[in-house]
Amino acid sequence: MFHIRMTFATAGRILRQLSHDPRTIALIFVVPCVLMALFRWLYDGNLAVFNNIAPALLGIFPFVIMFIIASITTLRERTGGTMERLMASPIGKLDLILGYMIAFGLLAVIQALLASTLVLYGLGLEVSGPQWFLIIMALADALLGTALGLLVSAFAKTEFQAVQFMPAFIIPQILIGGLLMPLSQMPEVLEFIAYCLPLTYAIDALNIVVTNVDLTMEAWRDLVVVIGCVILAILLGALTLRRRR
Amino acid sequence: MTQAFGIKGSGVSVSINKTPILNDLSFGVRSGSITGLIGPSGSGKTTLMRSIVGVQKISDGMLTVLDLPAGDKRLSYKIGYVTQNAVVYDDLTVVQNLRYFAVLAQSSREQVDEIITKVQLQKQRDQIVSSLSGGQRARVSLAVALLGYPELLVLDEPTVGLDPVLRQELWQLFSTLASQGKTLLISSHVMDEADRCDELLLLRDGKILWNHSRERLLQTTKTDSVGDAFIRIISMKGKA
Repeated sequence: MFHIRMTFATAGRILRQLSHDPRTIALIFVVPCVLMALFRWLYDGNLAVFNNIAPALLGIFPFVIMFIIASITTLRERTGGTMERLMASPIGKLDLILGYMIAFGLLAVIQALLASTLVLYGLGLEVSGPQWFLIIMALADALLGTALGLLVSAFAKTEFQAVQFMPAFIIPQILIGGLLMPLSQMPEVLEFIAYCLPLTYAIDALNIVVTNVDLTMEAWRDLVVVIGCVILAILLGALTLRRRR
Repeated sequence: MTQAFGIKGSGVSVSINKTPILNDLSFGVRSGSITGLIGPSGSGKTTLMRSIVGVQKISDGMLTVLDLPAGDKRLSYKIGYVTQNAVVYDDLTVVQNLRYFAVLAQSSREQVDEIITKVQLQKQRDQIVSSLSGGQRARVSLAVALLGYPELLVLDEPTVGLDPVLRQELWQLFSTLASQGKTLLISSHVMDEADRCDELLLLRDGKILWNHSRERLLQTTKTDSVGDAFIRIISMKGKA
C-alpha cells in the first residue's frame, strides 16, 4: 500500500534540506553547463569531434552528478539515524525511495533542460533527430544515476567509501560505454560486458538522435532499457532498507 | 492489580553479533504510568528500548507491546521513540522537521504548533537545527515523538544535560501524559531521575534487579532514595 502524502512530504523535505544549501544547488545546475561549454571551446577548431562527443556527455554528466548527490544524501540518512526513525514510522520503503526519486528527479529535469538548451542553442550542437528525445534521454540518465546512487549507498559505511563508488561503478561504464571507442571495435568480451551495463544504452541512444532523422527501434529499445534499470535499481534499493536489525 | 500492562516481556533475550546483551528478561510496564528504566551505562537499556519499539530483533522469548508482538507494523502509529542522540534533520528548521514527521505520524499542522509550545521552542521555531544547543535539539527530537500523541512513549535519556527548570517542566509534561492514560518508559543512568517515576525497572548487566513500584523498592530496602536502594539490592542479591 502506498502513502502518497508521505511520498510527497519526503520529496518536499529533501528539497527543503537542499534549499538551505544553495551552493550545492548551484553546483548541480551550473557544473554540467560549464563542462559542456569547456568541451565546445576545446574543439573550437574541430566541431565534428564536438558533435560526436557532446550528445554522450549530455547523458553522462547528469548521470554522474546525480549518482554522487543521491548516494551521499542517502548515506547520511542511513548513518545519521534518521533512517531508523523513518523505518520505525508508518512510512513504507517504496514511499521513501519514490520520495527521493521525485525530489532528485525534479532537480534532474531542471538540470537536463538547462544543459540541453545550452548545448542545442548556445553551443550549436547539430541534431538530426527530434530534440525532445535528447532531453528525455538526458533526464532518464539523471534518474538512472539517482536510482543507482540510492542502491549503492547501502553498501557504503562511510562517506569516503560512497565517494569511491564513483570511480568504481561509474568510470568503467563511461570507458567501455561507447564514448571512447565504438562498441563494434572493442574486444569481444568487453563488448559483451558493455551490453550488460545501462550507460551503454544511454550513450547509444544519444548518438542515434544526433545522426538519424527518425527515431530508430534501437533508440526506443535504449530508452526502455534505461528506464527498466531505473525501476530495477529502485526495487533493489527498497530491499536494502531494513526495518529491523 | 487493576492496571493492564502496556509492555510485557517473558524470557526476552537479545544478542548482537553473538554477544548476549539481555538475558532472559521477564517484566511488565503498566499502562498509564511512568516507568523508569534505570541502570548504569552498558546495562542494556537502549537495547531493551530498541527491542520494544521494534527496530531490534529479539533472539528469544516473547515481547508484547500494546497487545501486539514487538515489531508489528501496526505499532508504528502507536509508539513515539526518542533515541539518546537527537535524531532530526540538521539542515531543516525546527518547524520544517516537525511538519515532515507530522505527515508521517498523520498528525496535523495545528498539533505541530501545540507541541512546539509544549517543549518551549517557540523562539527557535524557524531556526535551523544545526544552530541549536544540545538541549534544544533534544527537545526537537522529543517533539517529533509526541506528534500524534502516541499511546506509548519510549524515551532514551530525554532530560540529560537540560536546564533544571526545563527538566522539571518536562517531567510535569510526562506526568500529564501519564494521567491521560499514556504509557511512558523513560531511561536514565542518573538515579535521582528515578525518584520521579511511579514504577521502576532496574537493569544491570542485562538482567533485571527490580520491577515494581518505587515505593515498594524503598520499603523493601529500607532506604529513601533509588540510588541507595540500587546498591542495597545488588548487595542483597550477592548474598542470596
